[in-house]
Amino acid sequence: MKEEIIIAGFGGQGVLSMGKILAYAGLMDGLEVTWMPAYGPEQRGGTANVTVILSDAPISSPVLNTYDTAVILNQQSLDKFESKVKPGGTLIYDPYSIHHAPTRTDIKIYPVDAMEATFELPSSKAYNMVLLGSLLKIRNLLPVEAVMKGLKKTLPERHHHLLPINKDAILKGMELPKP
Amino acid sequence: MTREEIKQADNIVATKPRLLNDNTMHYCPGCSHGVVHKLVAEVIEEMGAEHIAIGIAPVGCAVMAYNYLDIDWIEAAHGRAPAIATAAKRLNPSRLVFTYQGDGDLAAIGTAETIHAANRGENIAIIFINNGIYGMTGGQMAPTTLEGQVTSTTPYGRRVELNGYPLKISELLAMLDGTCYVTRQSVHTAASVRKAKKALRKAFENSMAGRGTSVVEVVSTCNSGWKMTPAKANEWMEEHMFAKYPIGDLKDTTADQ
Amino acid sequence: MESITYMEDEVKLMKGNEAVAHAAIRYGVDGYFGYPITPQSEILETLEELMPWESTGMVVLQAESEIAAINMVYGGAATGKACMTSSSSPGISLKQEGISYIAAGELPALIVNCMRGGPGLGTIQPSQADYFQATKGGGHGDYHLIVLAPASVQEMADFVGLGFDLAFKYRNPVMMLADGIVGQMMEKVVLPPMRPRRTDEEIAQQCPWAVTGRPEGRKPNIMTTLELDPVAMERNNIRLQETYRRISENEVRFEEHCTDDCEYLIVAFGSVARICQKAMEEARERGLKVGILRPITLWPFPTEEVKRLSKKVKAILVVELNAGQMIEDVRLSLEDRVPVHHYGRMGGIVMDPADVLEALNNIIE
Repeated sequence: MKEEIIIAGFGGQGVLSMGKILAYAGLMDGLEVTWMPAYGPEQRGGTANVTVILSDAPISSPVLNTYDTAVILNQQSLDKFESKVKPGGTLIYDPYSIHHAPTRTDIKIYPVDAMEATFELPSSKAYNMVLLGSLLKIRNLLPVEAVMKGLKKTLPERHHHLLPINKDAILKGMELPKP
Repeated sequence: MTREEIKQADNIVATKPRLLNDNTMHYCPGCSHGVVHKLVAEVIEEMGAEHIAIGIAPVGCAVMAYNYLDIDWIEAAHGRAPAIATAAKRLNPSRLVFTYQGDGDLAAIGTAETIHAANRGENIAIIFINNGIYGMTGGQMAPTTLEGQVTSTTPYGRRVELNGYPLKISELLAMLDGTCYVTRQSVHTAASVRKAKKALRKAFENSMAGRGTSVVEVVSTCNSGWKMTPAKANEWMEEHMFAKYPIGDLKDTTADQ
Repeated sequence: MESITYMEDEVKLMKGNEAVAHAAIRYGVDGYFGYPITPQSEILETLEELMPWESTGMVVLQAESEIAAINMVYGGAATGKACMTSSSSPGISLKQEGISYIAAGELPALIVNCMRGGPGLGTIQPSQADYFQATKGGGHGDYHLIVLAPASVQEMADFVGLGFDLAFKYRNPVMMLADGIVGQMMEKVVLPPMRPRRTDEEIAQQCPWAVTGRPEGRKPNIMTTLELDPVAMERNNIRLQETYRRISENEVRFEEHCTDDCEYLIVAFGSVARICQKAMEEARERGLKVGILRPITLWPFPTEEVKRLSKKVKAILVVELNAGQMIEDVRLSLEDRVPVHHYGRMGGIVMDPADVLEALNNIIE
């Protein structure tokens, strides 16, 4: 098993932490993982992206030019990464901040209304967890239990009371993708 | 009387401190360094602190201070003595750590290290020899060179428009919350030597008591750099240096302790 | 995989920079002195967060500048303590004076450079443009650092201990030459076991040269790099060169992938070697016999191994995040018997595996 994923959006949308939770979940599930952010000022308001690789074999390059799966949260990122999805790969995007939908026909494309769904949740901060849920559902990467373990590892103990909210968000996200 | 007869114990009225070894000092005749070295040796000896003393030598005339005092030394890069002292003391809190620096080392190239070590209140003593000139490299202008003073890089006298003002760094250091004791002394008379020694002792005791940074500035002569006889240099220092750098305590938060 | 056999809790996911901080505490480092600069600030931040002064007694201090930080390392190392600093390229330039003093003083110390693109203030993105600076001196005078180039978060953790072991063994400063990729990426890491810091008694015993305060009966220990007598100064240099010779003989480290049957050899270090590895995997799928030599010690450089491999390959491609620096050491190893090509990106641009593959195809054609 090997999954090369790019998650891209605006800084502040939780792109990096979504990747981190995914990577931790992979770790909990016994996989090799890498998490490589585009770091620096990009983290603060500009575009942010992170490459996450999950694999059952040792991972060579943490830097990639093509991806199995792209999770796209804004238009700039779609423009940048649509062409980088491998043929037959998967592109997941939230239409909320997309004006020009993806056009490729050689990949599987899933619009998920994660932002709309987040409005119904108690915290808008759970947006990235909704998307994570959708990703897990579509790619069937990891069991939810591993993700919850990963979440627990990444959240400081003082925030552990937020675990149920996050789980709800992930489960909500899992309902969104249309078959 | 032969030389050996004179050297009988009964006849000895003064002796050099044990920690000051027999190496011939490279300092010019009349230089204040020799006196301050002797005072440092005496104070460490009297405190019984030679086994815990770590001196940090500067770059400048005192670069080879380690050749004269039989204690452990670290020779610093130019200006960095307070940074080195910071680590030596923090990693070895039971040690008596002091720097010995000149005006170029402490107040020009090492200004940042000096101010920040003092501002952190490092438990070190800083001994600051201020003779208003770069001695070792041949008499160039120092940050503390007086207005109008002739040096090899101010051959027509220091001009404020070009070189700025003589830097009163001890006043600056006294303003910092990290310093507990900042004093300005001299060693040109027997009385001033006694006072300077007391100041050094106090500074060393402060650092061992963890009271913060102590600074002992010693306004000094550089008769070679100033191109004067030692006696004339002392007079010139009293008249000109003391006017800009008045002798006395600038700060003492430990007065009651 | 070896790591799977470890207990779950011992396997962590963290950034390379964070791993350095954890490893430093666990190794029993006495002092860390740093100054913030991207992309390595997590080292200082993590140490401040972990508060090792409460657990191991380790001193952690944010200095007023990189210059002060390296001189704190010099001061602490002179007292026999295990001291380290970290920075990124522009900050490492500021430290060069102090590094020269530490080398001249024959003091053990670890300096981490998480390289970013230069010259000048440059960029905060990854680079390998400080290869010359790290391996050829950097500061003034004839000296060498032992230079370790980590390619993974695990190696960033492991090279803290290895670095200090080598530094104390040879009384020579060690540089861990990392880059923004390994510093910033997260992956699995098994942290080294906790070791106690050395006691003052152990230091006095193991480091008789240490400036600790002079006990009765011992001569003063003087840590100085000044020697005005040229004959004595030449003797000092000869002693240093003897140390470098011993290091060169005993401490060359490298890793190889698929070099048994390779016709084309890629030489790359640090994170770039991993990018090349992916390119190699793709090249092999297309039937191109490509192998990789990854120098782990950049100084001493694996000269003999490059020479050995060169005898069986058609060409060598050196891939670096710079305009061509390590390639000089590769060429020096070969005496021009084999064509050596360079592919590099600069200024913080990181090549991807496809770029390497293209460069490889270009030299084959």
